[in-house]
Amino acid sequence: MNSQTHYPAQTVSQAVHRHTLAIIVDNEPGVLARIAGLFSGRGYNIESLTVSETEHEKHISRITIVTAGTTNVIEQIKFHLLRLVPVHRVDDLTVNGEAVERELCMVKVVGKGDHRVEAMRLAAAFGARTLDATLESFIFELTGASDEIERFIKLMTVVGLTEVARTGIAAMSRGSESL
Amino acid sequence: MSEMMTGADMVVRALQDQGVEHLFGYPGGAVLPIYDALFHQNSVQHILVRHEQGAVHAAEGYARSTGKVGVVLVTSGPGATNAVTGLTDAMMDSIPIVCITGQVPTHLIGSDAFQECDTVGITRHCTKHNYLVKDIADLPRILHEAFYVAANGRPGPVVIDLPKDIQFQTGLYARPTSSQHKTYRPTVKGDLDQIRKAVEMIGAARRPIFYTGGGVINSGPHAAELLREMVRLTGYPITSTLMGLGAYPASDRQFLGMLGMHGTYEANLAMHDCDLMICVGARFDDRITGRIDAFSPNSHKIHIDIDPSSINKNVKVDVGIVGDCGHVLEDMVRLFRTTSPQIDKPALKEWWAQIERWRSRKCLAYRPSSEVIKPQYAVERLFAATKAPVNRGRETYITTEVGQHQMWAAQYFGFEEPNHWMTSGGLGTMGYGLPAAIGVQLAHRDALVVDIAGEASILMNIQEMSTAVQYRAPVKIFILNNEYMGMVRQWQELLHGGRYSQSYSESLPDFVKLAEAYGAVGMRCDKPDDLDAAIAEMIAVDRPVIFDCVVDKSENCFPMIPSGKAHNEMILNEYLSEDAQDIGSIIDEKGKMLV
Ligand SMILES: Cc1cc2nc3c(=O)[nH]c(=O)nc-3n(C[C@H](O)[C@H](O)[C@H](O)COP(=O)(O)OP(=O)(O)OC[C@H]3O[C@@H](n4cnc5c(N)ncnc54)[C@H](O)[C@@H]3O)c2cc1C
Ligand SMILES: Cc1ncc(C[n+]2csc(CCOP(=O)(O)OP(=O)(O)O)c2C)c(N)n1
Ligand SMILES: [Mg+2]
Repeated sequence: MNSQTHYPAQTVSQAVHRHTLAIIVDNEPGVLARIAGLFSGRGYNIESLTVSETEHEKHISRITIVTAGTTNVIEQIKFHLLRLVPVHRVDDLTVNGEAVERELCMVKVVGKGDHRVEAMRLAAAFGARTLDATLESFIFELTGASDEIERFIKLMTVVGLTEVARTGIAAMSRGSESL
Repeated sequence: MSEMMTGADMVVRALQDQGVEHLFGYPGGAVLPIYDALFHQNSVQHILVRHEQGAVHAAEGYARSTGKVGVVLVTSGPGATNAVTGLTDAMMDSIPIVCITGQVPTHLIGSDAFQECDTVGITRHCTKHNYLVKDIADLPRILHEAFYVAANGRPGPVVIDLPKDIQFQTGLYARPTSSQHKTYRPTVKGDLDQIRKAVEMIGAARRPIFYTGGGVINSGPHAAELLREMVRLTGYPITSTLMGLGAYPASDRQFLGMLGMHGTYEANLAMHDCDLMICVGARFDDRITGRIDAFSPNSHKIHIDIDPSSINKNVKVDVGIVGDCGHVLEDMVRLFRTTSPQIDKPALKEWWAQIERWRSRKCLAYRPSSEVIKPQYAVERLFAATKAPVNRGRETYITTEVGQHQMWAAQYFGFEEPNHWMTSGGLGTMGYGLPAAIGVQLAHRDALVVDIAGEASILMNIQEMSTAVQYRAPVKIFILNNEYMGMVRQWQELLHGGRYSQSYSESLPDFVKLAEAYGAVGMRCDKPDDLDAAIAEMIAVDRPVIFDCVVDKSENCFPMIPSGKAHNEMILNEYLSEDAQDIGSIIDEKGKMLV
């Protein structure tokens, strides 16, 4: 900490943890801008963000944010999120052990000959689905944990990857407890 | 009972149903239907300001002095952007405001239409919440919800952006039976176990101090009553932030004065040396803590706050109690009475003896003068006059602009009651004081309302003189005229070798003539001997007055904890120091980075 400043301690010396937050919000216009703006305005970071309406009749959306910060920063993030009027609740999925986290990616691979054969083999090894195929391209879909997806993309790069789309992380805590 | 009416009529009806008596605003194309609806009724009085920033500050003064929600109506585009500073000010100081902005018709939104701006986008960060109304069916709910959100929990400004076509549309209006939000429910009752723990700590403390803030004012006069009861029950010392002044009577022995950057010696040293800090509705602002790692290093800390994000934000506390401080204090007083803990009397006595030693430094003493008016003296005399017969026993409300005069007002004017002191603390907005004073005066017609001002700040919203004159709001603008942006000059003296870059107020207007041009009364005083009579005359006048009080140009505001220093490294007025100090050498290089 810079002992000369009277600003909030720069907690560089404290360990930074990665947390996955599930945020239940009213799905009203601007709610995502509010949340994204909160993170940028207060200098928090977003590693991944996914959002979709989960209860259509009640217009409720679930936003999953992966962020990183010291224990203190994570606590502040949660309280600041709760200050937003359309936010119903914030659950830190990382407090009770690791949450189940999945991500979906699509990759487009373009190539001929050996590369094309190898791409198909790798996709099969990862259990990816083939969504589209032409004589010189594939689109594969893979759902999995982020590191698995990372590995898949890395390998595909070697065999002609030209495009990637990822959804970001959807997550749930383990066990019978529900939000 | 529901009724069909236009969106514009709904706005006015909702204001009536909310018991709104005054609305501060400025018309324009995108709010004409609402202005037309206002034309047909008398229960909501519209106050025409001269700049939309003034409308928000006036509403803030109105809100802070009454405990009600302040209401603002402005047009789209420039009307909305002009209101942004006021909204930000209200956000920082937790003032409940509902601001209705006109918007271009829904089908034109996004087309760069005339006077279109993305009001909800622009105000998202400077409001507690905002709405863009796209369907007339939502309007009644949103109007009432806005009042609920503005006033409940940690108060703040709420914007309703209302497109013009919705103002013309007809829909069903019904007054909601319960004015709430479907999910927003701030915690008001504190956790009893935490309160119990706090009461135990309070009972066991040896060097305790209450540190209270604007949250007590937000909570209402009842909270101030309970605070007084708690403080008297314990016999502990109490200090307050700038925003909390008046919650506890300044004249009481247990009150140590304001703390923080320009707080008293005794308050800051007591904060530094205490073993228990009981923070009630204050937010550990950087003007309070100074160097954070040296802030009250040996104390346990209890923090009562309605906003969970305030707790542990800047300073780690031992017991955090989320709740309205009125409710929490009520439980605290009750628990303290029923458990009647054994207070360590000898330790407390020793603590008070120490505090009295600090107090005997008389840190607010200043070098008197019979030649020039010392600004501190001017505030002292103003304060005395408000209690003299000339004020006819009226209530006195003080607003301020921003700068040295603001700090002198806080230091030398004794506030005995909550809601009588209106100042821009968090944002520090020059130009706040005059419109705020007008808002206060309209809510308290018979009171004496004084804006303690600086000659630079007052020019930022001077146009509101017209508003004061139009509505016969006899506000008194008491300018401590030092011909400098004094606070800037003081920092330049401290930090930049006395190079007074752009801080001299060149080409000031003749304030007497200026007042007269507006149809108000102008006065000028530059001799200490004439001051009392002049102030008495100002107070006696039943019209708006600009009082140009010519004061010492080079006076600095002390005590001062320089940036980057700890509470026990305060600079005192050189008048008090044994050896003369060169204030230009006190702050080190890193300290200069700070604001
Ligand atoms: C030039 C200048 C110099 C300044 N110097 C000083 C100085 O020397 N000393 C000083 O004190 N200030 C000073 N200030 C003001 C300072 O910047 C802050 O505005 C002020 O200290 C904040 O006061 P506060 O902590 O009481 O918080 P506020 O801003 O009033 O916030 C209130 C707190 O209470 C909480 N709260 C709100 N309602 C409730 C409720 N019902 N129940 C419980 N909690 C509630 C809120 O969540 C918040 O945490 C200065 C300002 C300027 C412009
Ligand atoms: C809108 C705005 N601009 C700039 C500042 C920075 N500032 C703080 S105090 C001050 C000088 C105020 O001068 P004056 O009103 O004469 O008061 P004094 O300090 O002399 O009492 C300035 C420029 C501010 N607080 N607000
Ligand atoms: Mg000045």
